[in-house]
Amino acid sequence: MLLIRCPYCEMERPELEFRYGGEAHVARPLDPMATSDDEWADYLYFRSNPRGLHAERWRHINGCGRFFNAIRDTVSDKIVVTYKAGEARPATTGEIA
Amino acid sequence: MKFSALSVFLQGLKGNRDWPAQWRTPEPKAAYDAIIVGAGGHGLATAYYMAKEHGMRNIAVLEKGWLGGGNTGRNTTIVRSNYLWEESEGIYEHAMKLWEGLSHELNYNVMYSPRGVMMLAHNIHDVQVFKRHVHANRLAGIDNEWLTAEQAKEFCPLLNIERNIRHPVIGASLQRRGGTARHDAVAWGYARGADRLGVDIIQNCEVTGIRRDASGAVSGVETAKGFIATKRVGVVAAGNTSVIMGMAGVRMPLESYPLQALVSEPVKPMMSCVVMSNTVHAYMSQSDKGELVIGAGTDAYTSYSQTGGLHIATHTLDAICELFPAVRRLRMLRNWGGIVDVTPDRSPIIGKPPVPGLFVNCGWGTGGFKATPGSGHVFADLVARGEPNAIAAPFTIDRFRTGRLIDEAAAAAVAH
Ligand SMILES: Cc1cc2nc3c(=O)[nH]c(=O)nc-3n(C[C@H](O)[C@H](O)[C@H](O)COP(=O)(O)OP(=O)(O)OC[C@H]3O[C@@H](n4cnc5c(N)ncnc54)[C@H](O)[C@@H]3O)c2cc1C
Ligand SMILES: [Zn+2]
Repeated sequence: MLLIRCPYCEMERPELEFRYGGEAHVARPLDPMATSDDEWADYLYFRSNPRGLHAERWRHINGCGRFFNAIRDTVSDKIVVTYKAGEARPATTGEIA
Repeated sequence: MKFSALSVFLQGLKGNRDWPAQWRTPEPKAAYDAIIVGAGGHGLATAYYMAKEHGMRNIAVLEKGWLGGGNTGRNTTIVRSNYLWEESEGIYEHAMKLWEGLSHELNYNVMYSPRGVMMLAHNIHDVQVFKRHVHANRLAGIDNEWLTAEQAKEFCPLLNIERNIRHPVIGASLQRRGGTARHDAVAWGYARGADRLGVDIIQNCEVTGIRRDASGAVSGVETAKGFIATKRVGVVAAGNTSVIMGMAGVRMPLESYPLQALVSEPVKPMMSCVVMSNTVHAYMSQSDKGELVIGAGTDAYTSYSQTGGLHIATHTLDAICELFPAVRRLRMLRNWGGIVDVTPDRSPIIGKPPVPGLFVNCGWGTGGFKATPGSGHVFADLVARGEPNAIAAPFTIDRFRTGRLIDEAAAAAVAH
């Protein structure tokens, strides 16, 4: 089970308090009518699914209830950093596995 | 060597010391007509049928670890074909027909055992969904039947159908031709069969890059054992598909999740069928060794760790103990995870990405073992001829752009 630091509560809590929300920074196209089928499919279905650092959304559902982002190494499952929703993806270097 | 009752007897007299190796351990050649990446069941079956049915003998299967060491050797071996849509019925039933003759085809006992797969309904929604599956399957000529709770108990006496449990059983669907097969034997049987037809199976040979020529077409692969030239690459790498396709600059509609299973200590025969429950998320069968084989769920997050959270496994055991009170005091012997490649519609991808010479067979997610022979058979056809046949055709990558999804989320709601 993961230990996840909520950047709002500023506490490390067990994974059971959170809900996973998929890849982070996947922005909905602002003008759907002007979006091609390929772009729309990419937004809906295609994911980076990296073996290494992954930016992902979590929600502290049994805590403050808020969404935030985490960068996790998908090989070791270690969370490198968590940051508030709306903040840019922090610079992280290489894998930490 | 061909296996027969006589060969087993004669080897027995010699203390089983003289069995020959079942496949060679070749070094890679400089070039091949085609390369399959991934020596799981699907990749090995692909190579076998390419050699057997398409006469392609100058081909290799590259495997980063040992053959069958991925999901093929980690799965809970449930085989069935009662999916909802015609497209799925086409491929899973194609596989089922091949299972029926596979041990003879390969001269290798894959221990295919059509012992019946029963799926439990616990609420009105389950009843509606399963009855819909039963009717759809029967229209397609695939066996599937509806049972009352009492009939379900008759079929599996171990089952608890008391009304006072958290999720009482109120009915079930049963596919009698469904069952199990020995996962390792499937990989070994196909490996031996392919090797005998001249296919080079190269283990400990991770693919680290895909080289393309000036026109963009595939010209070879970089591997742990150096560069190997080829104009055709078939990627069959389950949980690692996104990584390998990324080497050719192709993005995939896939996410990789850990999926777990566990086995109990071995006990005398107590369960002669497979029972699955989507709603409480648990399923169980008994192996010939006597271990109860139990399938748990996927973790919430993507991962390549080949392990999963303990709470996922214990959650499944809660459900198992309620459905089968007789197993409450059994100890669990082993627990492990595999990385499964999941598509948005829970159906596989058998297709040609927009890179000439590149083919991919993936997205089988939590339930591709059952498809192994059929998947290998139709993918061999695609790699050999360059075009998908009628069974494979609906499973393009393009369906995510056109919207022609094959939604099997209900059929695949439990990871199997
Ligand atoms: C716990 C668990 C239970 C399951 N239960 C069932 C079930 O009951 N019924 C069912 O139908 N399905 C089940 N499945 C799903 C099933 O196991 C898979 O869908 C199926 O095995 C996929 O077959 P494969 O040959 O594509 O994959 P794999 O056997 O995983 O083969 C892929 C191979 O590619 C290799 N590879 C990866 N990257 C590279 C690289 N860069 N270079 C070279 N080789 C590489 C891997 O090492 C691996 O050997 C289960 C899966 C799990 C994990
Ligand atoms: Zn919080």
